[in-house]
Amino acid sequence: MTARTLFEKVWTAHEVLAQTPETPAVLYVDLHLIHEVTSPQAFSVLKSLGLPVRRPERTLATMDHSTPTRTEQVFGEVPIALDAAARQVRELERNAAEFGVELFGMRDSRRGIVHVISPELGATQPGMTIVCGDSHTSTHGAFGALAFGIGSTEVGHVLATQCLLQRKPKTFAVNVEGKLPLGVTAKDLILAIIGRVGVSGGTGHVIEYRGSTIRALSMEQRMTVCNMSIEAGARAGMIAPDDTTFAYLEGRPRAPRGAEWHAAVARWQGLATDAGAPFGASVDIDAATLEPMITYGTNPGMVVPISAPIPRSTGDAAYDKALGYMGFHGGDAMLDKPVNVVFIGSCTNGRLEDLEAAARILKGRKVAPGVHLLIVPGSQQVKREAEKAGLDEIFKSAGADWRESGCSMCLGMNGDTVAAGQYSVSTSNRNFEGRQGVGARTLLVSPLTAAASAVRGRITDPRGLL
Amino acid sequence: MQPLKRVRSRTVVLASSNVDTDQIIPARFLTTTTKEGLGRQLFADWRYLADGIPNPEFVLNQAAARDCSVLVAGRNFGCGSSREHAPWALLDYGIRAVISTEIADIFRTNSLKNGLLPVTVDEATAAWLLAHPGAEVDIDLETARLTLPSGASVSFPIEAFARHCLLNGVDELGYLRSKLGDIERFEAARSVPGAGSCTP
Repeated sequence: MTARTLFEKVWTAHEVLAQTPETPAVLYVDLHLIHEVTSPQAFSVLKSLGLPVRRPERTLATMDHSTPTRTEQVFGEVPIALDAAARQVRELERNAAEFGVELFGMRDSRRGIVHVISPELGATQPGMTIVCGDSHTSTHGAFGALAFGIGSTEVGHVLATQCLLQRKPKTFAVNVEGKLPLGVTAKDLILAIIGRVGVSGGTGHVIEYRGSTIRALSMEQRMTVCNMSIEAGARAGMIAPDDTTFAYLEGRPRAPRGAEWHAAVARWQGLATDAGAPFGASVDIDAATLEPMITYGTNPGMVVPISAPIPRSTGDAAYDKALGYMGFHGGDAMLDKPVNVVFIGSCTNGRLEDLEAAARILKGRKVAPGVHLLIVPGSQQVKREAEKAGLDEIFKSAGADWRESGCSMCLGMNGDTVAAGQYSVSTSNRNFEGRQGVGARTLLVSPLTAAASAVRGRITDPRGLL
Repeated sequence: MQPLKRVRSRTVVLASSNVDTDQIIPARFLTTTTKEGLGRQLFADWRYLADGIPNPEFVLNQAAARDCSVLVAGRNFGCGSSREHAPWALLDYGIRAVISTEIADIFRTNSLKNGLLPVTVDEATAAWLLAHPGAEVDIDLETARLTLPSGASVSFPIEAFARHCLLNGVDELGYLRSKLGDIERFEAARSVPGAGSCTP
């Protein structure tokens, strides 16, 4: 039998019908995650055609994008500030009830960012196909699932048929070897990979992250890496499941149990890419040479090691426009640039290990005067775990703002925004113009760099504070 | 969906590379629950000044852009989020085709599902188009060719099935539902123990 990649194995196992030159494959979807922003139009299509949700038991809904993070708006009597957001939340409640879809609503203890809650429930499992109307669905690839973002029309297709029409993508191996130096995190690694591959280098491909560095990462770190595959243009990123994966999943509420667990692990162990399986493209990264990374422009590929200067302009108009938007100049040092807002959270860096990393820096320190540090857990479960470990006290003592879970300041559509012209050091995934608010200037970093920069009020290398 | 066979129009040029979906339609406008009316917010942060007045410097606000239904853009157009609101906003505004050397995967898929033609061309063709705003182009989906004012034409890649659906106004959901028998057989085969079933 020919050697096959992890991707190839998962894809083939879900082909209801293989692709032909004239028709795309019909690909079966094991788990469909939905949220309030990209599902209403899809439910409208079902209603207009009189169709049910075909497999509600494979569908899981939550609300995260447009939901507020202030406790009094989530659990108190203070209404959601944005009327349209409130309507969207109510529409998802109605649709979930009408179509029999399980919903983790506003006050549910299991609510959170869709890409944080599915793994923590154990609903995300190796070998699955997982889709969601959100491009960061690639996060679930950390478990050896084939997981990718889809548009609302496709959300409707999955709701109605549990399948998607898909052309088979190509494969791309990102091989990472060596030990990450102290203070260099999974976020720095994926930013370095995007810097190397480019923001469209992965277009048309599924990335598999491989090598000793990847093997050594925890599940939460692997999720950070796979999460930003889309920022390299790849719809999906995958990591072969191994003992780290199985140890994370065992005992989670929706993971298999007893004899089923052992059968599942045996099956999952066969998913890894076979020796000698060919990839369409590849790059090699030496982890030992990496530094904390920071973006300086308006896409995630505009990234440098934190001690490096901003590259000088070569006369490219788009480059000059990006630096103009950021108020930066080629040749400037990134270190010591002033900071107004620091955001720690999102589906990229809103899990417990991320908060623990921030707490290591913030413990016994204060946020610099004039800096707003917003820390938003990725889910209500992450919030409870953080509070049990006393992290919230460390954050509040430092002067940080500690909130309920949600997408929050990653994208300015829920009331948490950065003002025009302000510099936001953020652990989120996109530094696009206006992403965090009209005119906001975003610098993407790890939770360590974010916390260190909050303490000094300037862009700071966290290695000096560890 | 209405059949789409051909788009003939002058072009409007947005030369920036990596135009992301947050520029096409900023997230704060995604609190809608319908597809309609998003054209007003297309490129909102570039198109309007802080007080909501149209920015005269932005290309779509200039007289030459009026009634253009083909957008020529720099490399990697539509990168970023999966929001289908991006092609909905472009279509609602009146754009019927986007030409670039590279178009991001999810945006491309979403465009094809809504009758917005993603046209990827070689560097030389793109460079000419970027340098000649207002050029009259003819995009023929039947032959999958883009014809320039000089009469020269280039082919562009388009999946056979998407082309068929666009040309004939075929609804992809209807096609998928015609395969429900195959889907049921697939599910039945997988539910046999050991067949690799996965339960969420």
